[in-house]
Amino acid sequence: MNINATLIGQAIWFALFIWITMKYVWPPLKKAMQDRQEQIADGLAAGERGKQELEQAAKRSEEFLHEARTRVQELLAVADKRAAQIIDEAKSAAKTEGDRIIAGAKAEINQEVLRAKEALRTQVANLAVAGAEQILRREVDAKVHADLLRAVQAQL
Amino acid sequence: MNEQPQTTSEYISHHLTNLHVGHGFWTLHLDTLIVSGLLGLLMFGAMAYAARRATSGVPGGWQNFVEMVVSLVDTQVKDSYHGDRTLVTPLAITIFVWVFIMNAMDLIPVDFLPLVGRVSGLEHLKAVPTTDPNLTFGLSLTVFALYLGMNFKAKGAGGLLHEALTVPFGPWLAPINLLFRLIEDLAKPVSLALRLFGNMYAGEMVFILIALLGVWQLPLALPWALFHILIITLQAFVFMMLSIVYMSMAAESH
Repeated sequence: MNINATLIGQAIWFALFIWITMKYVWPPLKKAMQDRQEQIADGLAAGERGKQELEQAAKRSEEFLHEARTRVQELLAVADKRAAQIIDEAKSAAKTEGDRIIAGAKAEINQEVLRAKEALRTQVANLAVAGAEQILRREVDAKVHADLLRAVQAQL
Repeated sequence: MNEQPQTTSEYISHHLTNLHVGHGFWTLHLDTLIVSGLLGLLMFGAMAYAARRATSGVPGGWQNFVEMVVSLVDTQVKDSYHGDRTLVTPLAITIFVWVFIMNAMDLIPVDFLPLVGRVSGLEHLKAVPTTDPNLTFGLSLTVFALYLGMNFKAKGAGGLLHEALTVPFGPWLAPINLLFRLIEDLAKPVSLALRLFGNMYAGEMVFILIALLGVWQLPLALPWALFHILIITLQAFVFMMLSIVYMSMAAESH
């Protein structure tokens, strides 16, 4: 084991390599690793945020759907009610109209009946006068009897 | 490789001799210096390349690997060192990566690089830099210098002196405290360097001994290499971990 000047040479090599590592190896690598760490942290945070946003969006869309369903139910109920109402209204209108038509028809019939009665009365009276004229042609004063007949006719 | 017959001890000592120039203290182990330097330039150049092109988006394969290693080391630093990590984390990264790659040279078959060396005219070539105590002491003394500097910076000269004189037995036993402190601190670089050197030297030694067994080295070298992967990683990790602990001891008062 002989110690000699090689030791000094080795110490110089060693110092040189420490200097290289200290200046050119460690700082850039440290920076790169720290930057990467930050990037990864940012990425993870962004991922987490995205996940939360997705969850919120899903919740919101669920709410929208729910609301829409409720609204549709409401609208359907209103529509049903309205349809029933319209049907009822139509029914009552039809009934009224029918009643009105029936009443009109009845009135017309009554009038027809009256008119027919009037005509019949006149004819009966004429027939009666004609009959009486046939029977009483000679001795009856047409004028006196006409007054009499008219009184009878008014009684019919 | 046997131009002239070698005895076993010649073979071993050949493998354990560094390629050197100079005399006495001013000897330089060229193989240690060049192999460790090339490995370091390669590794840290590649890592700096990855860091320069680093993106905070999806990382490529190499960037991903470098980030994995770097953040593993940084986690260890964060756990034991509570303070500004601009120096300590790069220090720990450098130690872990460099020591690991130098230890890993042990997995290249022991005769391979010496053979390449011989072909290109080099008499000796010791391929694993961490089996050279000069390297391990070079590392541990640098760490120790940083430890002292950190001590001064964190506590000031007065605070450091106060700590050395009063911990652990209080002011009345100041000389003993100081002695303890000196032993404790001196043991740090020595244990750090010798632990790494001892482990790697012993591992290399076992590889050399296995290589002496002729054809029987084949079933033995593989299990030892597999086991050695564990030692390689563990020693790099231990060196890094202890350096971090020393730095945190320096930065925090007792």
